[in-house]
Amino acid sequence: MRRSTHALAGALVLGLTLTACGGGGGAAQQSSSAPAAAGDTTLLIWADQKRSATLKPFAEAFAKENGIKAEVVVVAQNQQQTFTTASQAGKGPDVLVGAHDWIGNLVQNGLIDPIQMTEEQSSGYVDVARKAVTYDGQVYGVPYAVESLALYRNTELAPDAPKSFDEVVATGRKLKAAGKVEEIVGYPVSQQNGQSGDTYHLYPLYTSAGGYLFGTTPDGDPDPADLGVGTKESVAAFERIAGLGEKGEGALKRSFTSDNAASAFYEGKTAFMVSGPWRLADVRTAGVKYDITPVPGFEDGGPARPFVSVQSFFVASKGRNKALAQEFVTGSLASPEVAQALFDADPRMPALKQALEYAAGKDPDQAKFQAAAENGTPLPTIPQMVAIWVPFNTLIHAAVKGESVPEAVEAAAEAISGQLKQ
Amino acid sequence: MSTRQARTGKAVLPGPQDTGTPPDEPVARVRRARALPGREPRRGAPVRGWPGNAGAIAARFLTLGLIVAVALWAAAPLVSAQNWTGTAIVAAVTVAGLYVYLTPRRLPAKYLFPVTLLILALQVFPVVHTMSLALTNIGDGHLGTKQEAITAIETSSVRREPGSAEYRLTVAERDGEPVFLLAEGARAYVGTAAGLRPLEGATFGPGGRITAAEGYTVLTVAQASARGAEVTGLSVPVEGGAIRSQGLSRAYRGTAQLSYDAACDCVTGPDPAAASGSGSGDGDGDGEAVPQKVWQADEEQGRFVAVDGTALPQGWKVDVGPANLTAALTDPQVNAHFLGVLGWNVVYALSVVALTAALGIAVALVLHHPRMRAVRAYRTLIVLPYAMPAFAMLLVWRDMFNTDFGLVNRMSGLEVDWLGEPLTARLSVLLVQLWLGFPYMFLIATGALQTIPSEYLEAAQVDGATAWHRFRKVTFPLLMLALAPLLVSSFAFNFNNFNGVFLITAGGPFPADNPAVGATDLLITYTFRLAFGQQGAQYGLASAMSVYVYLIVAVISIISFRRTRVFKEVDR
Repeated sequence: MRRSTHALAGALVLGLTLTACGGGGGAAQQSSSAPAAAGDTTLLIWADQKRSATLKPFAEAFAKENGIKAEVVVVAQNQQQTFTTASQAGKGPDVLVGAHDWIGNLVQNGLIDPIQMTEEQSSGYVDVARKAVTYDGQVYGVPYAVESLALYRNTELAPDAPKSFDEVVATGRKLKAAGKVEEIVGYPVSQQNGQSGDTYHLYPLYTSAGGYLFGTTPDGDPDPADLGVGTKESVAAFERIAGLGEKGEGALKRSFTSDNAASAFYEGKTAFMVSGPWRLADVRTAGVKYDITPVPGFEDGGPARPFVSVQSFFVASKGRNKALAQEFVTGSLASPEVAQALFDADPRMPALKQALEYAAGKDPDQAKFQAAAENGTPLPTIPQMVAIWVPFNTLIHAAVKGESVPEAVEAAAEAISGQLKQ
Repeated sequence: MSTRQARTGKAVLPGPQDTGTPPDEPVARVRRARALPGREPRRGAPVRGWPGNAGAIAARFLTLGLIVAVALWAAAPLVSAQNWTGTAIVAAVTVAGLYVYLTPRRLPAKYLFPVTLLILALQVFPVVHTMSLALTNIGDGHLGTKQEAITAIETSSVRREPGSAEYRLTVAERDGEPVFLLAEGARAYVGTAAGLRPLEGATFGPGGRITAAEGYTVLTVAQASARGAEVTGLSVPVEGGAIRSQGLSRAYRGTAQLSYDAACDCVTGPDPAAASGSGSGDGDGDGEAVPQKVWQADEEQGRFVAVDGTALPQGWKVDVGPANLTAALTDPQVNAHFLGVLGWNVVYALSVVALTAALGIAVALVLHHPRMRAVRAYRTLIVLPYAMPAFAMLLVWRDMFNTDFGLVNRMSGLEVDWLGEPLTARLSVLLVQLWLGFPYMFLIATGALQTIPSEYLEAAQVDGATAWHRFRKVTFPLLMLALAPLLVSSFAFNFNNFNGVFLITAGGPFPADNPAVGATDLLITYTFRLAFGQQGAQYGLASAMSVYVYLIVAVISIISFRRTRVFKEVDR
């Protein structure tokens, strides 16, 4: 009997604690509309793993200088989604670090504020970065790093820089025939899941072969009214891509993801890899003798235009310390000194011209990435871009697999325009 | 598959011997019932009326203290947010909890109370919440209230006047009101909500900012940011625009292009098409030249729509009634593939259950054989897949199926495009789920086998039954008694096995002529892509779809449970 009383008491404590947790969660959500607690001001910054470590010292320096506190929180996954949900619930950060192509969606959700720059300030940034963070005529982020795809080449296997993608394939075939490599080119055709094509990586070839996604408005923004998928040019471009695919040259294969393309390159199993600056450190570690050139276009085609994505600082509309966030982002982080220090901490091609010169002086590869980004177009920020991804990814897979191109293009165009109408 | 299922499994293990002796449960009830009257007379004396020793009483006090503490902790933010409904709920729950545990009576309630609360909080609330979301258009562009949308529209339409100079800003205070001390070169101004005035006697610091001014208290960054809302909200009206702060050390002159008018419930501003054509950089003098455009609030769509059909991007959440629920049935984009997906979904769930059960039972039988040696070692090895994190294992399997680099093709020397062809992709997801799922079935079957008395089998043997007959007529029916409810719940789980498909094939391969639906798509992965993959996040539609998935699973489960119960009755 006594034991059973104890057991009862124990069960009760457990049960109640659990209940309390459930109830507490609900209560916490409901309390979100409570006004910001007065007291110590804490500037809250959200960044991904790598960047949060880089930012921390700068945030702390800013906090110390101004007699406030600053906290850098790591958000490892789904940053945009997490930010949207948290901001809507009143628990978002003051400053968000992220890619510029989030802007369209964050603006339609009313979650980030425009940043007012003078002409002098904005002209300090490289053109593509300035263009990337401008949406609907307003600047929404302070750009700090520019990333785009480039062609990595193993200079021991292929000493000469190829002038066209046809040359890349020809060299790769020769090396493969000679038994020096296993794969013609490490070109990530598939996303990590292996199941859908990778629009981001294939876009340079698509553009070089004459295709486009959206037309351009007079403002320079992508124009959702002019869809490039389904046009004659897009069919021709995909015929060209299919020619390199599994039933053609065999240079593009669905089995290639960005990860295994990279490991093939590190191990010398392929002489070429299409990837971005995020692979640079690993390429160096792997000890491959390499060179970096822009992704080349087709011999008879236009220039290959890789997507450029620009890492930016955003000021959250629903942050508790908006004024402070603006001060930090436009005053502290936008200064050349901080931009240089950011580069030292995490070597990515800076968006600020002054810092870019500094970076190019320190690391010649940065100038090569700058050249690679020169022909690039900023990844479209318009919210309509989400309609592109799934159908276009499928289209890439169909073309590379060797299925009938006109039908696949038509199906993708239909799916995209169906989504755009909604 | 959770421990919850495993526990249910134990509870329903019938044990044939039960039929002879009365089960445990009633005995306990009788004992408790007998104990209670003993307590009753002592209820009059409150101090001695409580059963148990000092420790038990202390534990009880602790528990009650905990209830009250949790209630206070939960209520404080609700009260400060003036959320009276929430406060009332917390109060009611607390009072009910205190009542149930303070009185020595209400014994069943003592058990039922926490369970009921948990069911309400973890089961009923999410379902009701999902259903209520299904009736709105919540999603990207429609997350907040109309007021939030208006604020966002107006805020993001403020444009800096092109070519205008930037002011160096110092935030100061006068009579409790924040003011802007603005420096433009050597000229100093003071800006308030009333307007801009020249400022006499200002002291300039390095960098051209005003550091002190007579009659004004300069605020530090910390002080100013503590009043951040007032600072960002302050706009100093000047000719052709207003001066606003950008951070705490700069200010700019700009104009809000769009403004909301409550009278017409519309947003008015310059026509963007015309404005971009004529060049918006001409300043405000030419303001009349730019044609105005009106976006009227549309309460059905939850956004501001112009006559030509274009809408402002920022919208708000509105109730759309059953539109999402009917869209799932009538929208050709949604329902065209519904039946096909549902068909494969049922096949997938049934196959996974059948395969895992068959393999699990087979392995359990083999290890149950009395002459089997090293059973423990085998068991450990077999349970291994179950013990590993499924999430990571699924990703490993996905990479193993890669045509050129995958382990499967490399080891077997095949060149099969496993995940690229519908048939092999379906086989692959089944295979992986079999690998992941059979240890669970094995564990359950092993447990159930122990409860089958060997007398039955010996008797059958004496009667001359072959090994197959013994399995078919004795072991299997008894095994199924224990397993059937678990098979049903395993079916329900696999019916919605999002990870099992999404992490391996992401629903693919997709036919070239139809990117919307892949060969291995389950309803849940299809829904996921529909709701989140394409036009941004559409929580309303996603909720509507999950209501349907929930209904399908619920109906199938209820029918199956009914059937298994019938099975049991007949057997007895």
